[in-house]
This record gives sequence, C-alpha cells and structure tokens, in this order.
Amino acid sequence: MQIRQQAISRALSQLPQALLLSLRNHLEIWATVVVVLAAASFMLSRGTGFSITLMTVFAIWAMLAVSLNLVLGYTGLLSVGHVGFYGIGAYTVAALTANPRQELLEGEIIQIFAWPFFAALPVAVALCGVVAFVVGVAFSRFRDDVYVLVSFGFAIIAYNVFVNWQWVTRGPFGIHQIPKPAIFGYTINDDLEFLVLTLAFLAIVVGISWLIVTSSFGRVLKAVREDEDAIEVFGYRSSRYKLAIWVISAMMAGLAGAMLATYTSFVDPNSFILLESILLVAIVILGGLASIWGSLLGALAFVLLEEGVRFVPFLPPEHVGQVRQIILGTLLVLLMLFRPQGVAGRFKL
Amino acid sequence: MLQTLDIEKRFGGVYAVDRLSISIPRGLITAIIGPNGSGKSTLINLLSGTLPLDGGMVVVGPKRLRIIKPFDSPNIGLTRTFQDVRLFEQISVLDNLYVVMTERSSLLSLFQRARKEHRERAERILNVVGLWEKRNDLAEELSYGQRKLLEVGRLMAMNTQIYLFDEPFAGLALHMIEVVKGVMRELQEYGRTIIFVSHNMGIVRELSDYLIVMDSGRLLAHGRPDQVLNDPAVIEAYLGN
Repeated sequence: MQIRQQAISRALSQLPQALLLSLRNHLEIWATVVVVLAAASFMLSRGTGFSITLMTVFAIWAMLAVSLNLVLGYTGLLSVGHVGFYGIGAYTVAALTANPRQELLEGEIIQIFAWPFFAALPVAVALCGVVAFVVGVAFSRFRDDVYVLVSFGFAIIAYNVFVNWQWVTRGPFGIHQIPKPAIFGYTINDDLEFLVLTLAFLAIVVGISWLIVTSSFGRVLKAVREDEDAIEVFGYRSSRYKLAIWVISAMMAGLAGAMLATYTSFVDPNSFILLESILLVAIVILGGLASIWGSLLGALAFVLLEEGVRFVPFLPPEHVGQVRQIILGTLLVLLMLFRPQGVAGRFKL
Repeated sequence: MLQTLDIEKRFGGVYAVDRLSISIPRGLITAIIGPNGSGKSTLINLLSGTLPLDGGMVVVGPKRLRIIKPFDSPNIGLTRTFQDVRLFEQISVLDNLYVVMTERSSLLSLFQRARKEHRERAERILNVVGLWEKRNDLAEELSYGQRKLLEVGRLMAMNTQIYLFDEPFAGLALHMIEVVKGVMRELQEYGRTIIFVSHNMGIVRELSDYLIVMDSGRLLAHGRPDQVLNDPAVIEAYLGN
C-alpha cells in the first residue's frame, strides 16, 4: 500500500515536467486541440449566427494566410504587399458588381456595370494575376531585406490607388451596395449558404496549395528559399519560380478580397492598410511557416482573438483593438524567441 | 574537352584569374592546385557561371561561351560542389537529391512528383555516400563530413559530363575521403570528366591523371602529376626558394 502511494506521489511530482516536455515536443497537436476547443466553446456560447460570422471571417483570413505562406513560408520571400492584391480583388468585384441607385461624386456619376458576382470574380482574380505578373517581373530579381522594402512600396502604392482613383474606387467614401453572389437566378443571401460558398473557395485554395507544395515545383520553392544561388547552378531559373508563386499567391489573395467585398457589401481603403498586411504576416508566422495547416490554425486563432477580446469583462471597448495588438505582438515575440518556425511550422526564419 | 581561352576575372583592380588558357582532357581526373589566392576556386566559379567572365571564352565541346549563366551550366554539361558546403538546409536529405533529379521547367514541375525511379536512384546514391539512414533528417542536422558527402551525392544525382569538385576532401575523416575518391573513380568509369581543387598533395598524386598548377591567377604548369610536381617553378611556388 505504501509502495503504491509512493509510486503515485512520484508520478504526480513528475507530471508537470512530463506535460512540459509533451507540450514542447507536440506543440502542433496541443495548439490545434486548444484553438479548436476554444473556437468550439466560443461559438457554442455565442450562438449560431455569431458562429457563422466567425467562420466566414476565418475562411477569408485563412485564404489570405495560406496564399501568403506560399510566398513567405515556402519560398522565403517576406512580402508585406499582400494586402494590395486583397484590395484589388475586393475593389474589382465591388466596382463591377455594385449597383447603387444614384452615386454622385464631385458631380460625376461613376461607371455602373452591375455584373453578377460570378462574372466579376474571375476578372478580379485574373486582374490580380496580371498586376502580380507585371510587378513580379521586377520583384523576382530581389530577395531578403530588399524584397520586404519593394513589397512595402507596393502596399503603399496600392493603398494610394484605392484612395485616389476616385473614378473607380470612390476614394475614401468607398463602394456601397455590393450585391451577394447569385447563381442561375438564385441569390445567396443566407449567411450559412454564404459560409458554405466561402469554405468551398477555401477548400480550393488549400487544395491547389497542397498540390503545389507537394510537387517538384514546391520542392524547388523550398530550395530557392534555402539558397537561391545554389539552386540556379543545378539548372533552375529561380526568378521564374518566384514569379510563378507570386502570381498564384496574388490570385488567391484576390479571391479572398472578392469574397470580403461581397460579404460585407462595402469596401473602402481602410480595409487595405499596411497594418492588415503586418497582421497577415504575423498570422502566417504564428501558425507556422511552410505549413498549410499552420496557416489555417493561425487564421482561426487570430479570428478568435479578434472577436474574443471584445467579450473580455471590464475591458473598455476603446481599448479592445490595442489589447488585440498587444497580445498578437507578445505571441510573436515569444514564438520568435522559443519557436521561430511558428506553432506548426517547417521552416525557421 | 573543356578549354578556357584567355579568361579573366577582376575584383576591383586585382586579377583573380589573369588571361588563363587551359585545356582539360575528357574522361580524366584533373586536379587543380596552387597556393591560397591563386584563383582555383574563382576558376571553378567562372566555369560554372557562378561568377561572370570579365574576358575570354570557355569552350565546352562545340560550344564557345563568353557568357555563362549559372542555370545554363547543366545544359552545357557542367555541375559542381562548393568550397563552403551549400546544401538546402531546411529540407530533408532525400529532398536535397530529388530537387536536382526532377523537372526543370517551372510549368511541368507543377505536375510532377518524386517517382519510384527517383527514389531508387536516390537510395543507391545515399547508400554510396552512407547517408541512407539519414534520408529523412534535415540537411542542417548532419555533421560537417556528412554534409560534404551529401553535396557529393547531390552531384552524383546530376547527369552531366563534367563534374567540378571544389575542395572536396577538406575537413573529411579518412573513411569519408575514401568514399569521395570512390565516387570520382566511379564517375570516371562512366566516361565523365572530373576536375577537383585540392591542397592535399597525397590525394592529388594518387587520384589525378592530369594536373594544373595555378599561381596569381595564371597557369604555372600542367601535365602529368609526377612531372609537374617535380617542376622547379611549382616547387618554388609552394615552398619558396
């Protein structure tokens, strides 16, 4: 009896150490369990409508995070310009589909196309691809710090276009009355149906990304990330690979932007400021570099944080945004110190 | 036959390679030796396109080249190792080989995955260099010697005519040196041309069929190793008066 008690007390005393070791060795699994459980309990406590909203926002951010991970995690190019393509996708759909009764701006009527969403969507995605190609021809010559700077420049230019090309974007006023997607005369007004559509697009983005990263192409991307000069000696033109993944990633970000526009039915330049790109980079790094699962996890954790902080008791509403950023920043610093590849990552910066 | 005709490379005002004209016989193992700073590694960098030529021409078979882009070097039949090992660190040992075995076209590579024949070839190569057990480890987790062997294995995975080894024996344990020598001999048996840079005179004497000695970016001597290593100019360059 005494021996058994001793064994139990010894096991209990070793429990914290064993848990810590397990946490360190299986952080990806533990983090997944914690985030998914937190999301499930949060959604259960807030009700169906809130859950649908949360999941829709998650799906849009997840598309963005997965697409950026192709460039940042798999190819090693730290781009802070992704928000530009997010905005181009959103504005293209907004400009082509919006049908306001009477939109006047400085005495001029802006062009009204009133296209259906599913006609505007491929145009938005293709336009992102074309812009990414043109920009990428120049960008693919760069790497490391210079790449960050030129992508920063792109984000600034894109934002200024959204603000100043008023004949397309309506500038700071934004574009209102963006319709919901309609197919064969059926309009997807129901939030649940919209969530299904968004998740379907997310599944396509994840599927394409998975095909890319598990192909020979994906392996070359990782080699470019590791040593761009060395991979060239083996017969690869690294700039072509960088350009190709940049274009693919931009098109995915454009798709996310298109979904945002039709979901919120309103776009303005404030949704596409540089801070959004920084947040996106943080999500990708937190979730895990070079891991599609990590990006999904990062996006879910971010959306939980975004929404969850709003319900913290005694926290004044005006401080919610600051608290979010403090938590995100602290997490980022801790991960850089103790786990530079992120929670589920396969690549250390 | 690989030839250089008056090739030049300058760094600022200093000539690292100075109007160098050499001919490297096909199907032999050629060693390049010379004091530190004599331009041996610069020559390898010029031949592989890692550094651009400032003058002169490289002749590989029927091709006469004034410009060599790094990504063109396999097309002209060249591949190389690096003086400081350059692996793809955060990918697996197996992927370090697959990446040089698979499709070069960015479009076609999207639809290709490592197949059974790739795995079989990688297995054979990794068994030769003794790294099959480490196949799933990241390259960065290997020891220095293992990293050099993986780089040699990566070279074996390339199917080219001319193999350039830059200091392949430096820092290796004896049994690893034997592995690299075995690889060079095997490549020679398949009719490949081997060029290696080394400071290890014992290995140079033992392994090379042809020897080139460089000093201050210029050709000092060339020919059969036993003759060249007894040349008074070579002895002076190495040992002084």
